[in-house]
Amino acid sequence: MAVWEALLELADDHLVLGHRISEWCGHAPMLEEDLAMPNMGLDLIGTARTLYDHAGKLEGKGRSEDDLAYLRDEREYRNCLLVERPNEDFAHTMLRQFYFAAFMRPYWLAALNSADATVRGVAGKAEKEMAYHIRHAGEWVIRLGDGTEESAARMRDAVEALHIYVDELFDSSDAARMAEAAGVLPVRADLRDTWERTVSEVFAEALLEQPKAAYAQRGGREGIHNEALGHLLAEMQVVHRAHPGARW
Amino acid sequence: MYSQGLIGADGRTEETPEFLARFQKRIDAEEKIEPKDEMPEGYRRTLIRQIGQHAHSEIVGMLPEGNWITRAPSLRRKAALLAKVQDEGGHGLYLYSAAETLGVSREEMTEELLSGKAKYSSIFNYPTLSWADMGTIGWLVDGAAIMNQIPLCRCSFGPYARAMIRVCKEESFHQRQGYEIVMTLAQGTPEQKAMAQDSLNRWWWPSLMMFGPHDADSQHSDQSMAWKIKRFTNDELRQKFIDATVPQAEYLGLTIPDPDLKWNEDKGGYDHGTIDWDEFWRVVKGHGPMAKDRIKARKKAWDDGAWVREAALAHAEKRRARKIAAE
Amino acid sequence: MTATTPLWEVFIRPRNGLAHKHVGSLHAADEVMALQSARDVYTRRGEGNSIWVVPSAAITASDPDQTAENFEPTADKIYRHPTFYDTPEDVGHM
Repeated sequence: MAVWEALLELADDHLVLGHRISEWCGHAPMLEEDLAMPNMGLDLIGTARTLYDHAGKLEGKGRSEDDLAYLRDEREYRNCLLVERPNEDFAHTMLRQFYFAAFMRPYWLAALNSADATVRGVAGKAEKEMAYHIRHAGEWVIRLGDGTEESAARMRDAVEALHIYVDELFDSSDAARMAEAAGVLPVRADLRDTWERTVSEVFAEALLEQPKAAYAQRGGREGIHNEALGHLLAEMQVVHRAHPGARW
Repeated sequence: MYSQGLIGADGRTEETPEFLARFQKRIDAEEKIEPKDEMPEGYRRTLIRQIGQHAHSEIVGMLPEGNWITRAPSLRRKAALLAKVQDEGGHGLYLYSAAETLGVSREEMTEELLSGKAKYSSIFNYPTLSWADMGTIGWLVDGAAIMNQIPLCRCSFGPYARAMIRVCKEESFHQRQGYEIVMTLAQGTPEQKAMAQDSLNRWWWPSLMMFGPHDADSQHSDQSMAWKIKRFTNDELRQKFIDATVPQAEYLGLTIPDPDLKWNEDKGGYDHGTIDWDEFWRVVKGHGPMAKDRIKARKKAWDDGAWVREAALAHAEKRRARKIAAE
Repeated sequence: MTATTPLWEVFIRPRNGLAHKHVGSLHAADEVMALQSARDVYTRRGEGNSIWVVPSAAITASDPDQTAENFEPTADKIYRHPTFYDTPEDVGHM
């Protein structure tokens, strides 16, 4: 276990979620969202690229951002389960985005003091991006939760469905614990209160309730994913893998 | 893109000769026409149709390239392609807004697209079959679009011209990112180069068709030229495109799939082979290979999004009511 | 006919010291989403640091039919412009 692997986990979170939200491009409920969602996707993919690049350098085996993104299988991917969940509908998509951003904003704020200069650089950029994602996705959670009967029902379904993937956000893998001990990354468990506050404020306006504790699903950090991730990676990696060693 | 926007345009107008002469005088003096100014009905109809079809082209145009966002072979390409397809959405939005100044709503225009009543550029009814198509579309399709769009920045209708200035400014990166993709492939492995050549073979002729029928067969051009909605003829723009593109292909070591293509010293431009106008009209009339799928995808996005749009409106109504109650 | 989402006009200030300038329009159900959409649509290339959104329906415009009576009478009031007045070259710029 090493610090670079903790950065890889973070990079995978951002790439997989960025990929998911990019799947909407051209298919959004309204044109304005066809522009808003790619903005969020580009933020996430941008962060992933910096983190992959840095992880590759720390690993010291000459792996590039694309080697790390395109040449690992699902068992080697280390993202949390929340980000790989399929888009389903706009309610699921916005709630997933909101949950993730509500976690990452305080995470990056804490990482502004990281012992690692690259992490500090990413944090300075990403905390603002996440603040905006909280606002944009959060406003949609409110509108759908307190909109029509149908939208409220869909929002409640999304809350029910995604609830079981929340706890894993606050788990630290062995690699993450090393990075935390070295002062490179923030302690994930410490962010729970802030996350709960952000979520409960929006839920209050959205007329939504957080479900009672349910059995939480975990495993992403050990490469034990849901089946959906394999398909996402197969699609993402197909061209790259079909031409080994080619430049793009 | 899109002199094709004029196909089916109805420039007939029934105003008095004095009215038309007064209007023409303003146009000839290069005055811009603004939405609430008096204008011939034919001018308004032509613009609504052309701007609407231009907007539809941008929106439908998101689909063939959107088809490859999830498969882009490097993270750098993935980000650039996502940003590019997002731009197309933005351009559609600016154009719908320009048309809306003439009193037609985005919802009405969308319904015309989904019902098949409104057309969009025929180029988007071809399938994207390899990563190389992302390069070729940027290089050729955006290249052809820019040829068409730069003169539209000087179009006589103010809101259209302003939208086009914004579009052209943003699009300057599109063609370059496309050419860079093709160049990387052309200089890559033999398989990559073959992929690039195959892509050029498939997109060359449809790109030439983007400029619309030959001038002799383009019945709506004259009125639109007189009204300065259109500034160059289809053939003029097509010639400009070919002359600019041939050297770019030569640089890449790719072959343009036209055995009759040769330099004509006298006219200072290239002569090209015969365009398959049967194919053109077939695709324009809705029989392009992807036509049904494109409309189906747009319809699905619109229908699936209905509950979201309704929820946003319902919530806005509740907010208003609460605000009033609090006052 | 589906319900229509209201139209908003968007104004952006490129940087402090300049006025907000009209850049285009968009659709949004309420003012919060209108502001966010304006940010997402019209500031993707660093176009500004402040946004105004105004419901299009709230704008009152002058009537083009009254353009002549509104704006032509100023044309002959040339004494409102500095070049109307003679000052000797010797006194320098004034």
